[in-house]
Amino acid sequence: MTPSTNRPGTPPTPVNGVGRADYDTIVQWIARDARVLDLGCGDGALLRFLAAQRSATGYGIEIADAGVLASVRNGVNVLQNDLERGLAGFDDAAFDVVILSQTLQAMRRVEAIVAEMLRVGREAIVTFPNFGHWSHRLQILRGRMPVSQSLPYQWYDTPNIHLCTVADFDAFLAARSYRVLNRVVLAAGSPVTVAPNLTGELAIYRFRRR
Amino acid sequence: MPSFSATTGGASQDAPADRSVGCVTPQVAHFDAPLALACGRALPQYDLAYETYGTLDDARSNAVLVCHALNASHHVAGWYAGEPDNVGWWDNMVGPGKPLDTDRFFVVGVNNLGSCFGSTGPVSINPGTGTAWGSDFPLITVEDWVDAQAQLADRLGVAQWAAVMGGSLGGMQALDWAIRYPQRIRNALVIAAAPNLSAENIAFNEIARQAILTDPEFHGGNFEAHGVKPRRGLRVARMIGHITYLSDEQMEAKFGRQLREGLKFSFAPEFQIESYLRYQGEKFAEYYDANTYLRITKALDYFDPATRTDGDLARALSPATCRFLVISFTTDWRFPASRSREIVKALVRQRRDVSYAEIAAPHGHDAFLLDNPQYHGVVRAWFERMAAGEPVSKV
Repeated sequence: MTPSTNRPGTPPTPVNGVGRADYDTIVQWIARDARVLDLGCGDGALLRFLAAQRSATGYGIEIADAGVLASVRNGVNVLQNDLERGLAGFDDAAFDVVILSQTLQAMRRVEAIVAEMLRVGREAIVTFPNFGHWSHRLQILRGRMPVSQSLPYQWYDTPNIHLCTVADFDAFLAARSYRVLNRVVLAAGSPVTVAPNLTGELAIYRFRRR
Repeated sequence: MPSFSATTGGASQDAPADRSVGCVTPQVAHFDAPLALACGRALPQYDLAYETYGTLDDARSNAVLVCHALNASHHVAGWYAGEPDNVGWWDNMVGPGKPLDTDRFFVVGVNNLGSCFGSTGPVSINPGTGTAWGSDFPLITVEDWVDAQAQLADRLGVAQWAAVMGGSLGGMQALDWAIRYPQRIRNALVIAAAPNLSAENIAFNEIARQAILTDPEFHGGNFEAHGVKPRRGLRVARMIGHITYLSDEQMEAKFGRQLREGLKFSFAPEFQIESYLRYQGEKFAEYYDANTYLRITKALDYFDPATRTDGDLARALSPATCRFLVISFTTDWRFPASRSREIVKALVRQRRDVSYAEIAAPHGHDAFLLDNPQYHGVVRAWFERMAAGEPVSKV
């Protein structure tokens, strides 16, 4: 098996707790009884949370053995699969929302997965650590690769190969004419509105095809 | 109401080191009502050999049916009195504290119709003639097996299985239960299986059958009347089958090009793999019935629920309402992971509750019978969720 791509960039979440700052934002964008596909679902905590809060239904996809086992323990539908192979197992527009929570930056084929998300789902929710945060910029100015709470890895052991800033992702979506429905940037778990690309740690986007 | 408590004899006999259901006694259920078969014929009456482990709860809600594959039987777990080495074929999976925990679940193993281990089959006496059925025993299908299992479920007072579980051909039975008896099954565990056999799978089965059919001692299936047994055919059939259960990787690790005693420039077994296959073939030819082998490989070939829906597996699965756990193994080339993914894809299309685990294991198809922490961990977690109540996520 290939090594885990289980939500790189953040420490593992305890199975029974919903400690992830982006969950509280995501849940507000999920309609009641929504059909959800969670890509890189880890231990299934987000799906479990959305099932409890919104009666959401659907599946998680996870590559790592430990995540699959934890998801089964959590009672969520989990399918062991490598996201890099795409979402061939899913029909067009099969889901209301497809979520990629803190996994984008670890994927090899970013453009392909985003396109696939909008093929199988009406809407996409993508969250990622903001590389543009001032502390990262400062570390680079000092000549070192950034290590922070949102990017806890060293340059040599990081699974994060496609890091981007809030401004980068804005440009990425604009260039593809995707329509941004919501954008929330968090710092210390709270939304920031002033200079989010400088102060934000975690970016959360909700978008769809135009 | 009869009581179907455990057949375990406790720890009075020599218990293996790990926890086991202990000493078990097979039972036989006799059925007088005819069973209509897919081939158009009917069995006027039949026996089903079975074993049970654990205790059926008062609500009769904790029963799990374990379906066997090609050459196994109802002896799933434990051992027989006086035969401590005759251990059930899935003893590492089923028992107290094991992934399928007999402290919580009432587990039933049943020998399939047409087999040769106690259920009615070619070696049984045909009541119409007073002699063994032999070649006259009808060709049976997976659906026939499941229909017979449903009769046994009625007899045991099990209106709905908590789960039906099986590997390989056993997984196909679980799939069929889910499709044709949706009200009688809450969970299906479909392990190392496929939605049907590929041309290559059928090809291997046909070679095995030809080995038996062309054995001069087969006598058109009536070898017993001639006082012989088509051992050569059975041996070759088993050797071919056995290769498909292993992986190249595992064979290389276990045997490689090792020789027994150096090259002898003869056709006596020289390589270890030759001697291993011959041993497996010999053993099999002694205990297995040729007419049974022919029929069970045919049952495999025929299985294809999508034939009823113009080849559309998703539509074939539409009656199924239970939760599914599908498991495959990375080095299984008999029923590769891609075949399990077909089942998963069809279930997803039908918006069914399904989880899928692809287990990294070097042992090929045989991996479903072996101990693997991730594999057993997932199955254990699944049954623990079942025991704890309904899951949180629904499709």
